[in-house]
Amino acid sequence: MTDEIRPPEAPPRAQAPTGLADGQWHRLHPATPLLRGGIVFLAILGVVVVNLRDVFINIVIGIDEDDPFTFVIENGYVGLILLAIAVGLAVTILFFWISWRMHTFRVTEELVEVRSGVLFRTHRRGRLDRIQGINVVRPFVARLFGTAKLEINVAGQDANIPLAYLSGPQADALRGEILRLASGLRAAEAAELAAQNPGAQSSSVLQRRMEELLAPELEPGVAPPESIVQMSVVRLIGSTLLSGATLALIAIVVAIIVSTTLTGSIFFLFGFVPAAIGMASYAVNRVTKSLRYSIALTPDGIRVGFGLLSTSNETLPPGRIHAIMVSQPLLWRPAGWWEIKINRASHSTTKGAAGQANTTILPVGSLDDVKKVLELVLPGAVDSEAIELLERGLTSKGGDDGFVNSPRRAAWIRWFSWRRNGFAITPDAVLLRRGAIWRELIAVPQARMQSVSYRQGPLLRALRLAAVRLHTVAGPVTARLGAVDAEAGWRFFEDVALEAVTAAQQDTTHRWREARGGTA
Amino acid sequence: MSEPAVRNELEWRRVSPKYVWVDLLGTLIGAIITVGALSIPAILTRIPWFWLLPGIVAVVFAVTLAVTPRRVRAIGFVLREDDLVFRRGIMFQRTVAVPYGRMQLVDINRGPFDRAFGLSELKFVTAAAATGVTIPGLPEEEAEELRDRLAALAESRRAGL
Repeated sequence: MTDEIRPPEAPPRAQAPTGLADGQWHRLHPATPLLRGGIVFLAILGVVVVNLRDVFINIVIGIDEDDPFTFVIENGYVGLILLAIAVGLAVTILFFWISWRMHTFRVTEELVEVRSGVLFRTHRRGRLDRIQGINVVRPFVARLFGTAKLEINVAGQDANIPLAYLSGPQADALRGEILRLASGLRAAEAAELAAQNPGAQSSSVLQRRMEELLAPELEPGVAPPESIVQMSVVRLIGSTLLSGATLALIAIVVAIIVSTTLTGSIFFLFGFVPAAIGMASYAVNRVTKSLRYSIALTPDGIRVGFGLLSTSNETLPPGRIHAIMVSQPLLWRPAGWWEIKINRASHSTTKGAAGQANTTILPVGSLDDVKKVLELVLPGAVDSEAIELLERGLTSKGGDDGFVNSPRRAAWIRWFSWRRNGFAITPDAVLLRRGAIWRELIAVPQARMQSVSYRQGPLLRALRLAAVRLHTVAGPVTARLGAVDAEAGWRFFEDVALEAVTAAQQDTTHRWREARGGTA
Repeated sequence: MSEPAVRNELEWRRVSPKYVWVDLLGTLIGAIITVGALSIPAILTRIPWFWLLPGIVAVVFAVTLAVTPRRVRAIGFVLREDDLVFRRGIMFQRTVAVPYGRMQLVDINRGPFDRAFGLSELKFVTAAAATGVTIPGLPEEEAEELRDRLAALAESRRAGL
């Protein structure tokens, strides 16, 4: 497993090439079987031990019971049973060991491959230029062992290649290497880049573990150390309390109080308990998950980190975001908070660290935060003009503000939002603005759009209106805009159809660094 | 009709007139099964107003059958330089433009009636499920030629996701 590419004089560093991305087959971290299946095994062992303790107590006190343990002891099968347990253990360990031996992966210039399984062999292969994101997940237990799971998401339903588990620093470094390979950068340059990154070597294992546990989600040297958005606890708790779920809870409480006072029975109170438990766990989950939220720009894309105890930290290479929606629930309006969700081509089976879908890239943020995040996720949102347009897209009440808004007659079907309901086409993305009560702004980069449709039903036709829709990969964002002027809508359809073609042809994000002349 | 004028400037290619029969037969069979199933309560109970529901459904189907020729004529597609534009619908009109580079695959389907009339259905799949472009009623030869041509176009304009 020699790395021929690495210059021999390169000193070993924390961020130095792991040698895992050299095209050879490698194995995962030795603790893998324990982390994957071992926890269950330990639990079973615990149950047995607890039972044995009962038996032991029974023997001491002298109560005779007919449970299997006493039977075994009375009939002198102890030796036999111990032997059976020993054999069972040996077989299990052997099986785990074999499965660990058989679980190998390799990373070549073109693809990532994983072979696993003992009886049923699985062979999964993903092309590097189809990578939609690489996630480093650290479940709490794995974190204690200093290991992490690397999850490579390629386009498609359940199309992820998990490498579970690798040692923490290895996972981070391997992610960097895979991204560099995928970016179209040549390996020699990649090694050079990697060698430039400073890394700290700590003395003891324990100290290193502590540092890993406490370290910021974005490792230094690869990403700018601090996230561009600071998540405040107050905002996080406030936004959770002001969410729709809270409203539902209040409605339930009111319903229960009313029904209890009307019927005089406390029976309905019991209905409240599961709802309250559900709500509380949702709130706690959301807060603990987002507490250490971070987002930053790296040369290989945007990095989003989440999680307090179990952490996840995903890198989205450029051009992997298919649609963006900035929305504001009604209750967040006084506080001026927004949320950002995205559509992406990969649907990871592991959710974002605490069960929230990994399509939410900003759980809650002020207008400033939104602007900062949009600068990262939306190509072309760089100059002040574009930012101003985006801001108007979020907060403007309508009128002549750079958007083509619905005509007055649209008020028949868009009672409150017709002034705001409109679209704007920028060189890089199509912006759709809708909703006056629940305000939303949707941005779809032309280069990611799959197709565009224009539709008209009888009602819309009678009002000389139409609905347009941009088709993107499936996700939480649906880029649909209703009740636009029929003529304007048709022009939109024509323009966008044309631009989608040119943008797709000019798009080079599948090998993002190649286009920039191989420099980062 | 306040249709945007531009829309009619496109030279729409129509599907085969024979597709009217395929569509009629399909709708007719659907109608017989649905109305038959809905009539069962009325036949069993002999309550006259139970005939109301199957009656209404039958009328809806009759109207659908009556407008089928027009509906089939409303299906059209254009192969432009870089994309395919597809339209259908009279009451609920829908027009979709799909760049060739976005096509992931092209399917040819033939139902029993399609086969009887020598027709095929061409289905385009992109990464977005909502695209939903299915051109029915193409003569077999034309469908195959179109598929090969589109596959070649998609290959030459291949883009990422």
